[in-house]
Amino acid sequence: MYAQMVKSTGQGVKPREEMSPQERAFQDRIDADQKIEPKDWMPDAYRKTLIRQIGQHAHSEIVGQLPEGNWITRAPTLERKAILLAKVQDEAGHGLYLYCAAETLGVSRDELTQDLLSGRMKYSSIFNYPTLTWADMGAVGWLVDGAAIMNQVPLQRTSYGPYSRAMIRICKEESFHQRQGYDIMMKMANGSDAQKKMAQDALNRFWYPSLMMFGPSDKESVHSAQSMAWKIKINTNDELRQKFVDQTVPQAELLGLSIPDPDLRWNEERGHYDFSEPDWTEFFDVLRGAGPCNTDRMAARRNAWDDGAWFRDGLMAHAEKKRARAAAAKTAAE
Amino acid sequence: MTTNEWPLWEIFIRGQHGLSHRHVGSLHAPDAEMAIKHARDVYTRRNEGVSIWVAKAENIAASAPSDKGPLFEPSNDKVYRHPTFFDIPDEAGHM
Repeated sequence: MYAQMVKSTGQGVKPREEMSPQERAFQDRIDADQKIEPKDWMPDAYRKTLIRQIGQHAHSEIVGQLPEGNWITRAPTLERKAILLAKVQDEAGHGLYLYCAAETLGVSRDELTQDLLSGRMKYSSIFNYPTLTWADMGAVGWLVDGAAIMNQVPLQRTSYGPYSRAMIRICKEESFHQRQGYDIMMKMANGSDAQKKMAQDALNRFWYPSLMMFGPSDKESVHSAQSMAWKIKINTNDELRQKFVDQTVPQAELLGLSIPDPDLRWNEERGHYDFSEPDWTEFFDVLRGAGPCNTDRMAARRNAWDDGAWFRDGLMAHAEKKRARAAAAKTAAE
Repeated sequence: MTTNEWPLWEIFIRGQHGLSHRHVGSLHAPDAEMAIKHARDVYTRRNEGVSIWVAKAENIAASAPSDKGPLFEPSNDKVYRHPTFFDIPDEAGHM
């Protein structure tokens, strides 16, 4: 998932008896699985938490184009290049669906962009890792998009209408992303020794960062408890991580690759795989900005914004000129 | 900041011939022409449409959620508007 450590009120779930009648009616609607729409009344904290969560999610889609964009000009065949191009274009689209959902909550697109560029808002830790070989394109599609899907599928049922609709659209498109990644992995894993080694190396490097995408355990988190009561978070981080591991291990076996975890084993009693936790110190370092690519990613986004300014302004000026000309022609005709 | 932000447009797509245009989301663009071009890229990458409408978001008027009662409740007690309200014997045939 592309939203990590989203803070809500920090107070835990508000008890019913402390709610105002308006808040109680709001919670009743959520409990009855009704969707909240932009013009409906909502608690301020619900609005703010959603802006943080959807905004972070949108930023992740946009920054997430960079590690893959790195390989568009170096794809091994024209077909792979066309597919990767389409995939990266989808990520841009996903960012836009989500920004548009966030904007219905009363924040502007430019405000969100500024918050990303100033570092006030975050994007997923995963995109601060480099993509060193072509096999990484396979690993990213298979593991990173796979982890994202784990989180996004339940979010289709989230309580906020525009967010839910964006998620439904995104999930429809996301399955192509994961399958094209796995397809690359299959090709590499069944290729020459050198290709197989590259595939294993990509899995080794992306395994733990993918597990980190779900965020640290939030069993005790007051933020998550409130978000779950509001149905803007559906599962705990641990539930989703477990589901991801259970799904991915057999897929790795099918590829003939091994998961880089000596403690990974099937637990008959639990009906799940036991696995090692990622290094959470590394996770917090990456969130803080000390990951391998944080500086590069932010520089790329800032440059895109600054270098595009003349273009954005130029199109606005052109639109204004056209509007004025049309108005003048209309007056002249009257 | 919002120095020179492109205005917001609401996008409506006709999915297939014969269906109405349906709201799919919004996007920013400097004018209607660009809004249609952007809508094509953002909302029809998988053959989802045969026609696009764009309308400036500020030009759309909407009913308030608080008006839900006065606007829509009066139709609740007019069940006779539905054909199932009337009991017609089967012998009358399809009606």
